Amino acid sequence: MKLVIAIIQPYRLEEVKKALYAADVNLITVSEVLGHGRQVGVDEFYRGVKETGNLLRKIRLEIAVNDNFVEPTINAVIKGARTGKIGDGKIFVVDLPRCVRIRTGEEGSKAIG
Amino acid sequence: METAAVNPISAGDTAWVLASSALVMLMTPGLAFFYGGMVRRKNVLGVLMQCMGTLALVSVLWVVYVYSLAFGKGSPFMGGLDWAMLNGVGQDAYADYSATIPHLAFMIFQAMFAIITPALIIGAFAERMKFSAFLVFTVLWLTFVYAPICHMVWAVGGWVRGMGALDFAGGTVVHINAGVAGLVTALFIGKRIGIDKPSLHNVPFVVLGGALLWFGWFGFNAGSALAANGLAASAFVVTNTAAAMAALTWAALEWIFSGKPTMFGTITGAVAGLVAITPASGFVDVTGALWIGILVSVFCYFAVSVIKPKLGYDDSLDAFGVHGIGGFWGAIATGIFASKAVNPAGADGLLAGNAAQVGIQFLAAGITVVYCALATWIICFIVDKTIGLRVKQEEEVMGLDLTQHHERAYTIIE
Repeated sequence: MKLVIAIIQPYRLEEVKKALYAADVNLITVSEVLGHGRQVGVDEFYRGVKETGNLLRKIRLEIAVNDNFVEPTINAVIKGARTGKIGDGKIFVVDLPRCVRIRTGEEGSKAIG
Repeated sequence: METAAVNPISAGDTAWVLASSALVMLMTPGLAFFYGGMVRRKNVLGVLMQCMGTLALVSVLWVVYVYSLAFGKGSPFMGGLDWAMLNGVGQDAYADYSATIPHLAFMIFQAMFAIITPALIIGAFAERMKFSAFLVFTVLWLTFVYAPICHMVWAVGGWVRGMGALDFAGGTVVHINAGVAGLVTALFIGKRIGIDKPSLHNVPFVVLGGALLWFGWFGFNAGSALAANGLAASAFVVTNTAAAMAALTWAALEWIFSGKPTMFGTITGAVAGLVAITPASGFVDVTGALWIGILVSVFCYFAVSVIKPKLGYDDSLDAFGVHGIGGFWGAIATGIFASKAVNPAGADGLLAGNAAQVGIQFLAAGITVVYCALATWIICFIVDKTIGLRVKQEEEVMGLDLTQHHERAYTIIE
């Protein structure tokens, strides 16, 4: 089991969701985060006072999948999120040692889907 | 008796028109929140800035030269510059427009209409116009579309006014005009990136803004009597009635066609009702107001939920769908429901036996549609070819707040 974490541009979320559903990946968690990579943030002004390096709004997706779904998930996120410009985001894949479905107490591969 | 003629100013009328001017002023900030709630979070300040910017910009232009172009003596199509810098527009009454109130009171009341009209168009091109282009567009549109149409419809000697068209508070000059300009700008500037459906970020803002519009509209319509009299009271009552009926109707349509009535739909219905009753408010009774309210929600609901998706233009916040369609229906409805029993200075409509009035209403609305569409398109073309109308793609993606104004509305981490 793997946990796929993706940081994407907020406005690409709909496209990523569509691509994930098309790849039969239907379980995702979405949260709003702030951060920046090579875009190096953004300048803001408040009554003439400049604040540099402010963080940009991003969307973080968490998708727990069985091993055979890792590649389809990654491909779907790339398909939906890539524009070719700086700021498209990143995908992290980490090992997932355990997963429990709260309703039934099922564990592992069964619980994940 | 000569002393009475020397000073015809009525304290009551003056107080009501000044209070109405303040009410109509509040509509533009109300509109800012009505529209601001409907856009994505990254663009809310962009919309507020465009609305408040219009309030400031048009307030200045109006006293400098636009009031003169709109209401001053000139051709049947445009006024001259005699009243530039309010030269000759003073504290005394001016018989043509304001027999019982200071000319200045009439001027500032009209200023508020000139402010909200270009502000209404913002809904059509929201979330993608450059702020610099927006300012230039607004100056040109006010000068070459609003001023001539206002002159033709309302000024003494105006071309359309001479035809006998009824427009009590600005259904043609304000709502059809802004609605059509909205459709043209939406088509010209193209669709937003990454969006093909409403994307409200704050429905409470929409409701707050809609409620402020409803409140301000009493000044808009009842104030258009330009007197504290029975006609003002009548306009007040039919305005409230039409708004309420349209809100109920829109909610009922949603209940029937999509299962549940929504807050967003209900407040949209209320605003559509206010738009439609505007030209009719000084000429119809409550029966007319109820029918105008019911039917405007039917027409606008159909326009924004069925026709717009089929045609595929991106009128972001339905400036055309609500103000254009609602305004056009209001103009026609005035020709149907108008009655001299309500306003002896008006005319009878279809139901009172004067079918010709409907034709006059169609003609006046049609002239506005054609002139406004052509002139707005030319203005869009000129602004686009000189400084560019639309923000760059990456700016649109990041949002107007950060890219046009270097500030943001909300934080998620302190």
